[in-house]
Amino acid sequence: MSRSTTEPHLPGLRQPAASNDGLDAPFWEGAQAHELKVQQCLDCGVHQWGPEWMCYQCNSMKIDWVTVDPVGQIYSWQRPHHPVHRALSDRGPYIIVLVELPHASNIRMVGNLLGDPMQDVEIGAPVSVVFEDRDGDPDFTLVQWEVSPIN
Amino acid sequence: MSDDYNLRGKVAVVGVGETTYYKHGQSGDPEFVLVLKAILAACEDAGISPKEIDGFCSYSNDRNDPPRLANALGIPELRYSNMQWTSGGGGAAAAVQNAAGAIVAGSADVVVAYRGLAQGQFGRFGRSGGSRPVSGPAAYTLPYGMMSAAQMYAMRTTRFMHEHGVGRSSMRAIAMACYHHAQNNPRAVMHGRTLDEETYDSSRWITEPYRLFDCCLENDGAAAIIVTRTDRAKDLAKTPALVLAAQQSGGHRSGATAENATDYVTSSFKPAVKYLYQQAGITADDIDVVQSYENFTGGVVMSLIEHGLCTYENADEVLTFDNLRADGGALPLNTSGGNLAECYMHGLGLQVEAVRQVRGESSNQVPDAKVALANAGPMVAVASTAIYGTEETLG
Repeated sequence: MSRSTTEPHLPGLRQPAASNDGLDAPFWEGAQAHELKVQQCLDCGVHQWGPEWMCYQCNSMKIDWVTVDPVGQIYSWQRPHHPVHRALSDRGPYIIVLVELPHASNIRMVGNLLGDPMQDVEIGAPVSVVFEDRDGDPDFTLVQWEVSPIN
Repeated sequence: MSDDYNLRGKVAVVGVGETTYYKHGQSGDPEFVLVLKAILAACEDAGISPKEIDGFCSYSNDRNDPPRLANALGIPELRYSNMQWTSGGGGAAAAVQNAAGAIVAGSADVVVAYRGLAQGQFGRFGRSGGSRPVSGPAAYTLPYGMMSAAQMYAMRTTRFMHEHGVGRSSMRAIAMACYHHAQNNPRAVMHGRTLDEETYDSSRWITEPYRLFDCCLENDGAAAIIVTRTDRAKDLAKTPALVLAAQQSGGHRSGATAENATDYVTSSFKPAVKYLYQQAGITADDIDVVQSYENFTGGVVMSLIEHGLCTYENADEVLTFDNLRADGGALPLNTSGGNLAECYMHGLGLQVEAVRQVRGESSNQVPDAKVALANAGPMVAVASTAIYGTEETLG
């Protein structure tokens, strides 16, 4: 359902780091292991993203990290053309997608849609994860998306 | 709503002040000096001494804190200081609300709501730099090239257009109305710069679905609004603009990170509007002129719908250039030029313009305007919205 790549899509931007309170470390560690990890409440079962220390639904603080299927569907998108960071100056347009995960309480995740940057983007289209392994200090992995091949 | 727990008409704006508005980075003054100048201008407008100010309200982590301002101004009693937590300029109406609340509560007598920006001194909103690792919520967007304000709010507009099938022509009309109004406003940074359909349509993409003219400016300057008790206002220099209502607005998980707000296709005003009109004792039909915060035009379309000024179905028919003009339109919008063409003073300029309309002093005056709405911060976690009216609107 997912694949990985070592080709950087938007090189030169600031790399992610786990927050210093430890809240989201399991997500970034999961990505490096090529697993899509999100929070799930042990009491009411709702999935939660972005992470928080409390379940927004039942206010339980017993929250686990679970691996979910690395697929979803495009909920919304944009195509930036204007470079807002020096690393993007010569990059040209790229696509940001907001992906909904219906099998995980409809949480949404932000990433890039890989492939032709000028491709038509269809809301509702099925997408799957591409784990983008990057060299860094330390190394890290981004969660990217591509349109799923039709069976 | 019991009168005891309703600020309707109890507090009035008695003075407004603005510095010269500059392109970003062009102010010769430091930001703190800009704020002082705006406060002095507002006091002069009101006909009161700056020494009478005893409260300060701002938003968006304004860098010019009340203790320093009170020190510089030589204020004898600093009774009230307030910072509105919000993102973007969503606190512009809330700063007036918080000032009004302080007065109604007896916490202060003369409160100034203010905002200052000097982007040459402190850096721009529309650029992002740095190479250090990023953590927390920004780590879920920034490594994917999503970091500017336009990028933070573009996907809401994409989804809005997808769900409702309206917006593109309305967005163009909003931008054209703002530029049209700026031509009569000598304070406007875009005074002398017109915008027609062809120029809009051929302008470059910032991030689809936003073109260049869908996006607010970035500016240097400051604005200030003086509020006090309505019974005191009657003795001051200018016609008071009564605060008929002011509300903050955040919905279920509106602050969720990584674009996970429960209601995604919203300008963030749905929770507040019912309280707003109830508090003011009016309906949307009573609004004579609207100042609707444009960070991006798509958010304005949603804001006007959620304020009941048009519907999801008829937005593109109502939000036309002809309808949005002060000179003859049915729904005059952003009559100073707004954030798109007057100045991006984080939306406080829109509150100032609403006051001017109620006073009859706008450079694009709507004839017989008695009730003006001014909102702030569409699509942010906490927005705010206010209604100002003449004394006769109290009935």
